[in-house]
Amino acid sequence: MTWLLLNWPQALQLAWTHVLLSVPAITISVLVAVPLGRLAHRYPRPGGALLSAASLLYAIPSLPLLIIIPVVLGIPLRSSATMVVALSVYGVALLVRSAADAFGAVDARVRLAATAIGFSPWALFWRVELPLATPVLLAGVRVVVVSTVGLATIGALVGIPSLGSLFTDGFQRGIAGEVITGIVATVALALALDGACALTGRALTPWTRSARSEHAGRHTGPVAA
Amino acid sequence: MIEFRSVTKAYPDGTVAVADFTYTVESHRTVVLVGSSGSGKTTLLRMVNRMVDPTSGTVAIDGLDVRDLDKVALRRSIGYVLQAGGLLPHRTVLDNVATVPVLTGTPRRRARTAAWELLERVGLDRSLAGRYPAQLSGGQQQRVGVARALAGDPNILLMDEPFGAVDPIVRGELQVELRRLQAELGKTIVFVTHDIDEAFGLGDEVVVLRRGGEIAQAGTPAQILANPVDDFVRDFVGADRAERVLTTVEVDGRCVVVDRDGRPAGVLAR
Amino acid sequence: MNLFADALTWLGDPSHWSGRTGIAQRAAQHLGVTAGALAIAATLALPTGILVGHTRRGRSLVVAISGAARAVPTLGLLTLAALALGIGLQAPVLALVVLAVPSLLAGAYAGVESVDPVTVDAARAVGMSEFQIITRVELPLAAPVVVGGLRAATLQVVATATLAAYVSDTGLGRYLFTGLRSRDYPQMLAGALLVAALALLLEAVLARLQQLATRATTSTPRHGAPARLAASLEGHA
Repeated sequence: MTWLLLNWPQALQLAWTHVLLSVPAITISVLVAVPLGRLAHRYPRPGGALLSAASLLYAIPSLPLLIIIPVVLGIPLRSSATMVVALSVYGVALLVRSAADAFGAVDARVRLAATAIGFSPWALFWRVELPLATPVLLAGVRVVVVSTVGLATIGALVGIPSLGSLFTDGFQRGIAGEVITGIVATVALALALDGACALTGRALTPWTRSARSEHAGRHTGPVAA
Repeated sequence: MIEFRSVTKAYPDGTVAVADFTYTVESHRTVVLVGSSGSGKTTLLRMVNRMVDPTSGTVAIDGLDVRDLDKVALRRSIGYVLQAGGLLPHRTVLDNVATVPVLTGTPRRRARTAAWELLERVGLDRSLAGRYPAQLSGGQQQRVGVARALAGDPNILLMDEPFGAVDPIVRGELQVELRRLQAELGKTIVFVTHDIDEAFGLGDEVVVLRRGGEIAQAGTPAQILANPVDDFVRDFVGADRAERVLTTVEVDGRCVVVDRDGRPAGVLAR
Repeated sequence: MNLFADALTWLGDPSHWSGRTGIAQRAAQHLGVTAGALAIAATLALPTGILVGHTRRGRSLVVAISGAARAVPTLGLLTLAALALGIGLQAPVLALVVLAVPSLLAGAYAGVESVDPVTVDAARAVGMSEFQIITRVELPLAAPVVVGGLRAATLQVVATATLAAYVSDTGLGRYLFTGLRSRDYPQMLAGALLVAALALLLEAVLARLQQLATRATTSTPRHGAPARLAASLEGHA
């Protein structure tokens, strides 16, 4: 911990850089994966192909992908753009499956009833399907959050600064304290963002909360209809 | 007024749900379509709000072919109640009732106030307004469904086996409530059920359907009971059931009505 | 695109394939490290997971540990272990084991848990011992999900085994790091393509394995369940 006490400005700076890499990537992942997931659910045939492509993309190891992306896109290897693209690719690949499942979890009867009473397709998506898909979707987003924060450390191996730089630097200079700081900071960041997601999820889905508490607290039978 | 003119519904795999159905539902009447599964009754109902489009023939509301009307606007102008409520689980009871007015542009506050009034109309305790559907019993959920259907003040109510998923006692109570509401409001109601007793209990007109939407008999409940047209109808209404075959017996100066097994069903009014 | 051509040329050079530092040798090392780490992780994770799934106890503890393990960045663990254990295979294997355990654990307990309790109850009533229930009823029925966990773990380990080359002279990752250091981009890209190809190959094999396991144990395929569980098992290095 002496290392941290002596170098906390640097650690903080790297933590901030890490956030600047992770959060945009997570945001892009959500914005791309949710519509794609919905499409995959709505049209199962091309959807199946999409999900397979996503699995395949996810199977590509991170360091190689980090190297391949700049070659394909023509951007420099050492840039944060490369990192954000790579993180987003993994985020989307991870989240699309969750998103498709989330929309699949929406009760078909509710969807039909809403259509029958007069929801337009637009209103149906925003006011019925999306809210009802949120619980499952959020679980997927939380996985993406933890995964992205961890993955962002890899960039240090090719010279993209992040909390991972504490690992490479600490290893090269033989300072275990630096590496430990890096690990603790990364885990803390991941847990903090994950917690934020969980809280947001709870705030967005009040109906799931009350149903559970109701079942827990029911002493008498149903009130006479 | 809802007119079905030679309506047919055939599916690509060959099944014919409805074949050449013609019937007119007069305004402000309750018409019950009754039949077993495969009789096309639900299909016919869903043609009115264009959840199903006929393969041939027309459905007209007050003279206008429904195909010429915008689907979404049409559905918002018709009240639709289905089995197991179909309530939005993520909205409170109050917001569920206010759904259609809000969709048509009524300011949320006004819609909620109106919904508040409606709750009492359908026999719901107002304290339930802030609850979520999952916290209500089946009977309560159905009442919310009816309130929601009434919220847009539609002329037409479509009800698809709405009381099928609740227990018999609750079902009886809901039927009584519906009759009371209808007496107050005078909507045009098309009600679908497979339960002949429910049909007789609710309908001004009852249409008994055979497979493929073929009308076996249409008339008032009394007409059908008095003169079932053929064996199918006789069987379906249970004309030979003990409780339908009634005679009177004099007991202690009163005329007691008994069924075929001799069990008393009631007493003739003096 | 020129770079791709150069990389392919690099791959085409036969001298790069043979010898102690050749592609064949390194690929074998890569797979060897992967297999070794998976084997160790499996001996730790599978019995624990099966027990948790069978007794339906200790689930929250196991879930918490898996979650925590997944949040730990593998590179950090690797460098820390290397500082403690020195250059060589020990550190990478340790880090890879920690990486593989969560997915294998989750696959094991989720799979066993998902077996219909009615079936298990019937087996018990018929007179099977607990051990027989596990081996003859639960494991066969849990196979698709367990294989799903194995698939997720394998993918993560193969990918992360690339990093083993950072602290030891092992595996295909060496081409990446050597290429990086000496600015030999064709070599670097070639290494990247090799690892990617290896990972995709394993993914295809394991996907097929999971398919076969699913078909063997279910007459009515549980479409959503294995895929969804598999997706939730994934983390990445």
